[in-house]
Amino acid sequence: MLRWLIGGGREPQGLAEKSALQSIGEDQTQNPYTELLVLKAHHDIVRFLVQLDDFRFASAGDDGLVVVWNAQTGAKLLELSGHTQKITAIVPFPPMESSKENSQLILTASADRTVIVWDYDTGRQVQRSCFQSTVKCLTVLQRLDIWLSGGNDLGVWNRKLDLLCKTSHLSDTGISALVETPRNCVVAAVGKELIIFRVVAPTETLPRWDIVEVKRLLDHQDNILSLINVNDLNFVTGSHVGELIIWDILDWSVQAYELNFWNPSAQLDAQQEIKLCQKLNDISINHFTCDEENIFAAVGRGLYVYNLQMKRVIACQKMAHDSNVLHIAKLPNRQLISCSEDGSVCIWELREKRQLPAEPVPTGFFNMWGFGRVNKQASQPMKKQQEDTTPCFLEPVGDLIGHSSSVEMFLYFEDHGLVTCSADHLIILWKNGEQESGLRSLKLFQKLEENGDLYRAV
Amino acid sequence: MISAPDVVAFTKEDEYEEEPYNEPALPEEYSVPLFPFTSQGANPWSKLSGAKFSRDFILISEFSEQVGPQPLLTIPNDTKVFGTFDLNYFSLRIMSVDYQASFVGHPPGSAYPKLNFVEDSKVVLGDSKEGAFAYVHHLTLYDLEARGFVRPFCMAYISSDQHKIMQQFQELSAEFSKASECLKTGNRKAFAGELEKKLKDLDYTRTVLHTETEIQKKANDKGFYSSQAIEKANELASVEKSIIEHQDLLKQIRSYPRQKMKASDLCPGEMEHNHEQADQASTTSNPDELADVDLYTCRPTYTPKLIKAKSTKCFDKKLKTLEELCDTEYFTQTLAQLSHIEHMFRGDLCYLLTSQIDRALLKQQRVTNFLFEDFVEVSDKMADRQESVSSQPGQDRPPSRSVEECPIPKVLISVGSYKSSVESVLIKMEQELGDEYNKEVEAPESNSFDLQENLDYLDMDMKGSISSGESIEVLGMEKFTSVLSKSDSQASLTVPLSPQVVRSKAVSHRTISEDSIEVLSTCPSEALIPDDFKASYPSAINEEETYADNEEAIHFEASVSAPELDEAQEGSLENTLSQVDSCCIGKESEGQLVPLPTSVHILSDEDGVVSIPPQPYRQKDQVFHVDFTVENASPSRDKSSDMFPSYELDPSHLLASRDVSKTSLDNYSDTTSYVSSLASTSSDRIPSSAHPGGLSSERHKKRAGQNALKFIRQYPFAHPAIYSLLSGRTLVVLGEDETIVRKLVSALSIFVPNYGHYAKPVKHWISSPLQIMDFQKWKLIGLQRVASPASVNTLHALSRYSRYISILDLDSKTLRCPLYRGTLVPRLADHRTQIKRGSTYYLHVQSMLTQLCSKAFLYTFCHHLHLPAHNEETQEVVASRQANFLKLNLGLVNEDIKVVQYLAELLKLRYIQESPGTTHPLLRFDYVPSFLYKI
Repeated sequence: MLRWLIGGGREPQGLAEKSALQSIGEDQTQNPYTELLVLKAHHDIVRFLVQLDDFRFASAGDDGLVVVWNAQTGAKLLELSGHTQKITAIVPFPPMESSKENSQLILTASADRTVIVWDYDTGRQVQRSCFQSTVKCLTVLQRLDIWLSGGNDLGVWNRKLDLLCKTSHLSDTGISALVETPRNCVVAAVGKELIIFRVVAPTETLPRWDIVEVKRLLDHQDNILSLINVNDLNFVTGSHVGELIIWDILDWSVQAYELNFWNPSAQLDAQQEIKLCQKLNDISINHFTCDEENIFAAVGRGLYVYNLQMKRVIACQKMAHDSNVLHIAKLPNRQLISCSEDGSVCIWELREKRQLPAEPVPTGFFNMWGFGRVNKQASQPMKKQQEDTTPCFLEPVGDLIGHSSSVEMFLYFEDHGLVTCSADHLIILWKNGEQESGLRSLKLFQKLEENGDLYRAV
Repeated sequence: MISAPDVVAFTKEDEYEEEPYNEPALPEEYSVPLFPFTSQGANPWSKLSGAKFSRDFILISEFSEQVGPQPLLTIPNDTKVFGTFDLNYFSLRIMSVDYQASFVGHPPGSAYPKLNFVEDSKVVLGDSKEGAFAYVHHLTLYDLEARGFVRPFCMAYISSDQHKIMQQFQELSAEFSKASECLKTGNRKAFAGELEKKLKDLDYTRTVLHTETEIQKKANDKGFYSSQAIEKANELASVEKSIIEHQDLLKQIRSYPRQKMKASDLCPGEMEHNHEQADQASTTSNPDELADVDLYTCRPTYTPKLIKAKSTKCFDKKLKTLEELCDTEYFTQTLAQLSHIEHMFRGDLCYLLTSQIDRALLKQQRVTNFLFEDFVEVSDKMADRQESVSSQPGQDRPPSRSVEECPIPKVLISVGSYKSSVESVLIKMEQELGDEYNKEVEAPESNSFDLQENLDYLDMDMKGSISSGESIEVLGMEKFTSVLSKSDSQASLTVPLSPQVVRSKAVSHRTISEDSIEVLSTCPSEALIPDDFKASYPSAINEEETYADNEEAIHFEASVSAPELDEAQEGSLENTLSQVDSCCIGKESEGQLVPLPTSVHILSDEDGVVSIPPQPYRQKDQVFHVDFTVENASPSRDKSSDMFPSYELDPSHLLASRDVSKTSLDNYSDTTSYVSSLASTSSDRIPSSAHPGGLSSERHKKRAGQNALKFIRQYPFAHPAIYSLLSGRTLVVLGEDETIVRKLVSALSIFVPNYGHYAKPVKHWISSPLQIMDFQKWKLIGLQRVASPASVNTLHALSRYSRYISILDLDSKTLRCPLYRGTLVPRLADHRTQIKRGSTYYLHVQSMLTQLCSKAFLYTFCHHLHLPAHNEETQEVVASRQANFLKLNLGLVNEDIKVVQYLAELLKLRYIQESPGTTHPLLRFDYVPSFLYKI
């Protein structure tokens, strides 16, 4: 289309072969998001979105602002400004179930080396504390009513922002990820290492908090980029060179180690392997999400589904996006959403292959405008190979194009749709147009009734 | 589809705009016989046989105590308008019917001169020999040097059509009252200043005299007074008396009742200013409170001088001019208001009536009218609604009845007891504001008021009494429009309108023939003509102007700098600037336009109804600018008004300026209309601040319609493009040539539904890459295609967001947009339409869109189409019912459904909106494939 707009000339067919990217085309009948609302409040990259409750979420970005939004109306509820530099971590601090105090708290850490506790009902700054180094991750251990800050060291804090205890200096690069595991343990990713700490709550004999290092796991060969809890038994880590390790959550033993898992076909020719190795960036595991059976990994530009039972990749989409996938999430309805540096958000559905799946690519006519992304002939053989090895496939359901720069994160609301934030300073609220239309009708008739203008047919 | 104006088109083929293609001439037997007097250049609707002036104008006259009645100025101030019409004679006539009974001086039993706050009188006067009929508005201004402190003036709206005067009486009265009020407010201010000065003089004189007397007393110790001393003492006494008198006058002028000011609602530009004034005036009305007195005090630099105690009334002294009598500022505002009036009532009566009915009907569509109607009309609708809310108590009765019960003639008959040769309407004042509305109803019955009683009312000292708005009671139907706007719950909406119009017409004519002896006697032929629309065919003033819409026009457009316009379009330019802008345009292109104005001139001469000669006005425009600077430079006591001209502070001004910028934009595309419109704008001195939505928007509509028609004929893919606009999919018009893009964008904007009562979501010209926000904000965008590599971003954005937009490429003549297979747009935009004229096509589009709106309304507000009728009903049932309704009841097919659904969403959004302007616009879209259309 670009070509057409510039020169008006017809695009040569051959160009399309360069990219094997799947294009969904413009005819996306299953894509529910037919309404959008652009929210603008930030002046810099928006990096974080946190769900606060059923209808509220907070966004935070490089401008140091935290903004609380209404996910239903898109109204800006509060603007929390206190940080002078970009925000590095944000986590809601739910109130203790036992306590009567019902203040809605949220913790933010920033590159200005402070952590601020906010009350997001009132916008009040509850507490503020300064650190020696930038806090890169925050975790709340709700059971103990404490929270941990991960920077160059690991600190343990209570609700009132008193430092309970902290570790010694761990590394200059700092803790990149922090996950809570059973028995008051936390797993921290520090460079290539995984360090297990145990938080010791005060007892009658020892009336003070303590944090002790339990174990160091050195199995990764490169920096650990992602770390999540899978279930009660396992947690999983992914590294820059594409190692995926599944660990036992209790004894921290390796359950599965996959190095070339992004390459599920054994009989892959050497040429391709070389090509993959050349681009390290293409194989780094950027983000994980999981459900009971599968781990979904964002590897480079592709998406992979790794089945825990079968211990193998059951579906993949090697070129899900034009650029690195930054965040993925699994929806309840077997759908997977991914967002990428190329500014797009894609919705996928995991389907089992029964027979040869119908060609999801729209016909050539529609794609006349498709920027030459698809070529049926070129992608066919590769597909065949995948079909041989993977029992499932990820079918594109739709894509959301709105941001002009990389989409950093998104948040899914069951009732209100999808929120995406991006480096173009915008937040977009994607909504199900049909559902919204129904809601508006409902509202309209409610208002009519309030005004006494509603006449019922006899 | 042939509508009435198109039949007309066949009668005088050669006078209309250039037609896109020539149709074969109609066979002889089908053609409408040509108007017999075509050869003489006469217009079938021109009824100017007797009149010596070419079109309606406004005359301001004065009854000078030195020379008698004399004309002061006319609006428009151009000799061509009134031609050979004898202004002096007519001034004499209109000044001789002043019923104002202004009585100033020493009333019997009162020690001091009394000022009367006299109501204006409104009179209709006819002179059929001259072919002139006039609405005459008498008012009195105060002048310390004048006899009895008063100077009688009158403003007259002179027309050759007596029906127009009679039927537009209330509107004329309302508008002229505003102008009069403005003048009087300024005058009171000036008069108070005058008094202050005089008091200072007197005070000074007294001091001087006093000292002199003291000296004499001391010098004279013989115990008797010299005659000189006695004289001095007498002089002193008379100065003392004079001081008291003047103080009393000052007190009176300051105590001008506030309610009266409130009641007079001035034109928007003046509103704020005068209310402020009124507020201050009211605070000063408390004599104890001296804090605000400085409003009326004169400049501190004034040095008192010695004056003679006895004021002399000499005839050789120069009387103050009207401008001196009022504040310059107010004078300018009044002129603006008057030219607004001139604009408002320009054109044939039938045309005025139609547009009034049109507006009244539109106001009733409160839920849907924001979609396609002009926000200008809507804004005055809002005002009306407020008014009608405030005047609720009086509106329990159906408006149609009130109209029938208080017809104009009764009032006129009662006035007939004046034994005068004219019809006039007297002002009656109510003492209690609360009674006002009841009395309003009674007004016709209470015409048993005899003259004396009325005069009693008039004579009453207004001080302290809570008086009411002046014209309401008298006219009885003053609030007619607002009454109607309230009455949409009543079943008969249109019915009361038309009968009333006809009726009042008939009635007024009868009145003339019975009561106004002189008129009758001088024009027997008039009276014999039956009561039909003998003179009231749509002369369609605006249609008579000629087009020169051709490729040359485009050539001229290029000479004007674009960014200025763009800004003006955004309303970000201040009024003065935009005006200057248009002036500049005038000058710039003047040289190029040499041949055109003359041709226009000739043509309009032939037209006979409206001639807008283009040339002589430029000088005037300059004069205006000088005036303006003087006004701003004059030391005003009101700081805020000094800093910002009042219209700048007024939000409604924005509308006006937007309107003007629209005109100028539109003028771009048509050199001829541009010239005439420049003439009309400059002739009224303050073109934009006073009259929103006058002729200019009319012209805009016409141009838009014409260009839209052209687009439809030129491009076979006009239907999908229009469908895109109607269904809320942003249409990007891509092109290199700004003027062509702008022209098409303003043409297509008639199809764009509004979000609310503000500017249409249309961006005429943009050159930066588009963003997602733009599609949320704008539904029609003119985009610059740049040849340089910098444009890659722009084009990349287009391809990236291609799912949200339709792209019309003007350079390669292609359109990329979704498929359209409905039946609605083909009817709306038929390329084989018989409609030839822009304004006709615009009306056609409006009527089609109104129809569409009503469908959307039905769809939106049927409960069961959106929500289950009972609890057990599933969503599927509702959905199928919805589909059935759209298909069977509304007769929509395929993509037409989406249009109605989009409009329904807009209606819903607007209806559930809490307060206007708070909701964010949504971007709704569909995932549908697009196609590429080529010519």
